[in-house]
Amino acid sequence: MHKKYLTLVFALFICFSLSAQQGHSHEGHDHGTEGHSHGTHQTTKEKANAHKGHKHDGHNHDGHNHDGHNHDGHNHDGHNHDGHNHGKDHSKSAKHDSDHGHGPSCAHAGHGHHGEFDPAATAFHHISDANVYSIGPWQIPLPCMLYAPKKGWDVFLSSKFKFDSTGHGDGHQAYNGYILDAGSVKRITEPGFPDGEVPIDGIIHDDEDIAYACYQGKMWKTDAKSTADGGIFGGGITSYYDFSITKNVVSMLMVMLLLTWIFLKVAKGYVTRKGMAPKGIQSFFESIFVFIQDEVAKPFLGAKYLKYQPFLMALFFFILGLNLWGQVPFLGGSNVTGNLAVTMVLAIFAFLVVNLSGNKHYWEHIFWMPGVPAWVKTILTPVEFLGVFIKPLTLMLRLFANITAGHIVMIIFVSLIFMFSKNGTSVAGGYGTAVASTALTLFMSAIELLVAFIQAFVFTILTASYLGAAVEEPHHH
Amino acid sequence: MFFLLDFNVIKPDFGLIFWTTIIFGIFWFLMSKYAFRPIANALKDREDEIQSSLDEAKKAREEMANLNAQNEKILAETREERAKILKEAKDTRDSIVNEAKEKAKVEAQKIATTAKLEIENEKKAAIASIKNQVGTMAIGIAEQIIKKDLAGNQEQEGLVSKLVDEIKLN
Repeated sequence: MHKKYLTLVFALFICFSLSAQQGHSHEGHDHGTEGHSHGTHQTTKEKANAHKGHKHDGHNHDGHNHDGHNHDGHNHDGHNHDGHNHGKDHSKSAKHDSDHGHGPSCAHAGHGHHGEFDPAATAFHHISDANVYSIGPWQIPLPCMLYAPKKGWDVFLSSKFKFDSTGHGDGHQAYNGYILDAGSVKRITEPGFPDGEVPIDGIIHDDEDIAYACYQGKMWKTDAKSTADGGIFGGGITSYYDFSITKNVVSMLMVMLLLTWIFLKVAKGYVTRKGMAPKGIQSFFESIFVFIQDEVAKPFLGAKYLKYQPFLMALFFFILGLNLWGQVPFLGGSNVTGNLAVTMVLAIFAFLVVNLSGNKHYWEHIFWMPGVPAWVKTILTPVEFLGVFIKPLTLMLRLFANITAGHIVMIIFVSLIFMFSKNGTSVAGGYGTAVASTALTLFMSAIELLVAFIQAFVFTILTASYLGAAVEEPHHH
Repeated sequence: MFFLLDFNVIKPDFGLIFWTTIIFGIFWFLMSKYAFRPIANALKDREDEIQSSLDEAKKAREEMANLNAQNEKILAETREERAKILKEAKDTRDSIVNEAKEKAKVEAQKIATTAKLEIENEKKAAIASIKNQVGTMAIGIAEQIIKKDLAGNQEQEGLVSKLVDEIKLN
């Protein structure tokens, strides 16, 4: 079963990286008329992914103002934030032309390409964490807490980046060497960039998705924030750490407050209505509570269920709350439980609770399985030992993959409208797909609602089963 | 190894790890202390209470059944007792009545006998008195008659007595 989910995750990756490539292969046609070199080197870069402008001025791409200083790249008019701005600029670079002679350039930073709609990039943007909170089309600034080892702390509100209130979170201003690129903070690493509030001309990306800030006609290389994947997924330790109250953190806080409020009310019900039948909200949550107690805690933990039940309940309701929070339309659609950092922390909590509760019997079964021949033990022990880590790993990946996949599928269904309408040029295609897409999205929403419950339940029941194995008393056969 | 177009949800970010730990930790602690544990305890108490109530009800029912059986028994016994008492009462009554009857009979007989005797005596007296009177009257009458016709008193008186004795009093 675990293997199946791992395969799913990788299949998903492959799927979307393929679709990303396909989407980009059309772009040469769009850029050909725009008076710069995209069309020509398109074929040599089959494998390069995005070649689109990062700017939002979909109406101002007629080729004037190319002088590199006086860009109209800031004319974000709010009409064109429908996802065509997630790609990368692929102009020839004066500065970074080391490997193949072609790179991004600030010469066209302000020159938006009305490129092909890219569903993969749109999906990736929407499932990402961000330093702004989106409610409907509006972007709300959030507190940034950034730490660069050599520089120290920077704490400010992300409104300092001067992003558009209804855009995609691209900042028009750098602050203390940080910029806002598609909702997430990046740090300019090249020396010489001034501190304080500095208006920038735009942000461009190269083939490897490194963002550059354009300032005074020059490209200023930026770093993405440090991540804990050790470079496996393309992240790693960079020049700064982002401890901001991000969109996901805000979602978690909201869900936590909501759940706390609900459960304090429920718990109060048991005091004020002692000896009486449950009523209202108490009665509603009691049924879920008792379900988890009777189907998860008691069967696996037996007489010890009361000791571990609060942890299981906290896991279940936290995951369920976040899964459902991400499903509410126009509330940000936060992909919290679909973020590896969150599922990782939950899995680590589960790992710690399980292994710190493990009794002699449990460790004996891992390191020296009783009742099997010695040569079998030499095979069993490494397997069992690996199992200790694989269990939380699968917990982490299962929840992450399911929720992320759900969010991606929903976004892709909505994206179908933009794909078939050819970015607004095909009205029939747009309206036609809109009908089918709405039906599909509705159907998927229902499925995702189910998934929200199932995944919260699965995470909890598996944790309970691992806990059950750890605290089980030896029974003599 | 993997390179994906800004698929950053798979890159666990330190800030998010930090905040998730804090938020989940607080949530776990708060909920354990103020919600999940009290609720679980309340549920357990209620469960125990319901179980004990059910047990008590069962016990009460059993007791009730016991009591009923006892009552039934007592009732039956009482009924029997009553029947017995009634029977006894009847017997007593009968015997009293019989005794009374017997006594009455004897008394009546005694009274009747006395009465008879008295009547006999009275009769005898009356007869004697009547005889005397009749004798006297007869004598008188005879005197009257014989005064004229008979000379000897003796003969006459004997005749009259003989005649009087022959009179049967009925």
